[in-house]
Order: sequence, then C-alpha cells, then structure tokens
Amino acid sequence: MNSVAGINIARFILLLLLQVVICNHIDFLGYINPYIYIIFIFLFPIREDRLVLLFVSFLLGLMVDMFSDSGGVHAAAAVCLAYARPILLKSAFGMLYEHQSIKFSSTDIGSLITYISLGTIIHHTILFSLETFNISNILSILKKTLFSSIFTIILSVLIIILFSRNRK
Amino acid sequence: MQQIFNFVIRNKTFLLFLLLFSIALALTIQSHSYHRSKFINSANFLTGGVYGTMNSVDQYFDLKTTNAILSEENRQLREQLFNLQGTKDSSYIDSSYSKGHYKITIANLYKNSYSSTHNILTINKGKNDSIKQDFGVMTSNGIVGIIDNTSKNYATVLSILNVKSQINAKIKSTNHIGSLTWDGKSPVYVQLEDVSQFAPIKVGDTIETGGESSIFPKGIGIGTITSFETDISGDTYKIQVKLFNDMTNIGTVYILENLDRAEIQSLENKTNE
Repeated sequence: MNSVAGINIARFILLLLLQVVICNHIDFLGYINPYIYIIFIFLFPIREDRLVLLFVSFLLGLMVDMFSDSGGVHAAAAVCLAYARPILLKSAFGMLYEHQSIKFSSTDIGSLITYISLGTIIHHTILFSLETFNISNILSILKKTLFSSIFTIILSVLIIILFSRNRK
Repeated sequence: MQQIFNFVIRNKTFLLFLLLFSIALALTIQSHSYHRSKFINSANFLTGGVYGTMNSVDQYFDLKTTNAILSEENRQLREQLFNLQGTKDSSYIDSSYSKGHYKITIANLYKNSYSSTHNILTINKGKNDSIKQDFGVMTSNGIVGIIDNTSKNYATVLSILNVKSQINAKIKSTNHIGSLTWDGKSPVYVQLEDVSQFAPIKVGDTIETGGESSIFPKGIGIGTITSFETDISGDTYKIQVKLFNDMTNIGTVYILENLDRAEIQSLENKTNE
C-alpha cells in the first residue's frame, strides 16, 4: 500500500514539474501546448476512493494554475476529468472495469488509446472554454482544443507505454 | 434530519465534485476581472523559486542574442548622448527638471507566456526592490506591460498581450491618441482603438506611448501601423499595429517608476471630486 502511495506522490511531483518547466513553454506553432499532467488522473489507482481522486486532481490543477497564472481553469478541468473517469473507464475497458482488475501496464493498446483520447478531449474542451471565457471565440476554442488534444494524446500514450514497459 | 444525512452520504462524490468545481470556477471568474487574481498567481515563493532555477539554466542558451541586443542598445544610447551633447551648451537647463521623473530598475523575466488570451509574465523583482502595482515594464525595443501583483521577491506583469490590458498610446506624427488593446489572436499584432476619424493615418507610421496615464513616459515606441479600418460605429479607426518587441523572446526588462505619480494622482482625484 505504501509503495502505491509513494509512486503516486512521485508521479504527482514529476508530472507537475514536467508540465510547468517544459510543456507550458513549447508553444508549437505559437499556441499548441501538451497538458501531460492529466496522466496522473488517468493512472490513479482504480480501487482508491473517488473522493481522494477528486481532491488530489483539484490540488494538481490548482498547482498548474498557480504556475501559469490562469486563475482556476486547470483545477476546474482536472476535477471534471476526475469525476468523469469511471464513465470513461467503463466505456473504454467494459467488463474489465466491472471486475476492477485493470492493469494499465498490461491492457491492450486500443482500449488505452480510447480511454486517454476521450479523457483528453473532455479535459481540453473545458480548459480552453474557461480560459477564453468568451463564446464568440468558439472557433479559436475548437482549434486550440483539437490541436492541443492531438499533441497531448500522442505524448500521454507514449509516456504510459514507455514507463509501463520498464516496470515489467 | 436522517434523510438529509443519507442524501449527503449517498451523493458525497457528486457534492465534493460540485464544491471543488465551483471553487475552481470562482477563481477563474475572479481572474478574469482586472487586478483581482490575488490568490492564485505565480508571484510567490514556490513558483518563483522553480522559475528562478529554470531561468538560470535557460539564460545560457541565449547569451549571444542578449549580447547583440545589449550592444545595439548601447549604440542607440551613445548616439542619443552625442546628439544631446551638441545641444546642451546652448539650451537653458531648468534645475527642477534635472532630478528626473522616472526611476528604472532592471529585472529578469522568469516566465514568459503568449499563447493564451490572458498572458501574465513573472519577473524576479518585488516588494523588496520597492516594486509596486501599476509600474510600467519595457524592454529596449518597446513596452511589455504593467505590474499586476507583487510578492516579496517576485512580481507578475499584465502583458500587453492580454485581452484585459488597455494602454494609452498615440500616433507619433500627429499626436492623435487611442487605447491599445489586444484581440487575443497573434502575439505579433496589437490593436489601437478609438482613434479619431479625423486623424490622417498612413501605413508604416509609428505608434508610441501617449504619456497620459502616468505609467509610461511619453514617446516609448510600440510598433508600426500595418493596416487600419473604420470601426463599426463609423466614428473611429481600428488600427492593426505590428509590435517592435518580439514578445515571444524577452530576457531582461526595465521597470519604470514614475516618481511624480502620487502627485499626479492626487491632483486628478481632487479635480474629479
């Protein structure tokens, strides 16, 4: 149990630092940034209490907000993603989730990509809507959501595959 | 009573979600009004420390360009100095002006941002260096923004690339004033609005600060006109301005403190009453 907590705390800090030190400053083509800190929410242990997940996600989002001076947009998007996670898990993994026996390191790649993509799109839509906070800029919101989502999904899947292979 | 407790326990996940989400939403809304992002900002010990470490590594990578910018600025200053020496002998110097009206502090930019619609920068000078809210920030090329929040050693700057930002500016050749805003699209262009329809505008004209707001002195360059159109109301021009400053690449900035600001403000308040 302790090692699980340790791994998650380390993951929290590492992903947060990676996000604010590197990923927030990529600005590919002027506005495209990956938001990889949500990997933490994706990989949070399933058997843990959902209340803990919600709270930790809020904290993570708030830390990212603090570093990027964005009010509470990351916190709001992260909490939404954490709340929607069981639905995503069910739609991506189906039966496996019902039996609570998913191991992210050994699931097949198709379900993993579905899971990550759905989550990323939910997170980014809320993130950019709140960040722009202006419904008349809906095209710019959609554009940012689409391109940043692609970037985040590719990077997240790569990171998860890369680090789960190591653990085996 | 029992039922209320049961309801809370049954829906505890949803209620916690609702609580956290509304906190986040409240912080977001708060941050969208001017000068209000008090609690969640990057001018604090933790974020400043991380950005400081990052900056000290980062600085080595563009020493060359920084040097080039500095020597170019040196050249300009030397040019101004020589021109000044020529005129000095003949002109009358008023001793009350020799004190100077602006105090300049140098700071390093710790965090730059230009991809969001509300861009806020972080610099490594704060209250300990007597930096306060509403001081102007510029580079050798032109203006960058206005100080927003300050902590002991750090401060955040409301960039001109922020849809909340509004800065007084004028056309250099004709002195017609307007307010400088940003539409959130490109970090290279800002917009000058509310310029009178009577102003003769030419593409390529220089836009500079107007000096009306007591934040920036008059005549700091901002950019050049690339295009203009008549506003929907038909009375004013909306002008596209290409910035002199490359907002995506800023290293060292100057903070301007107007020493006469308190005097000007108390005078204006008196007039308004």
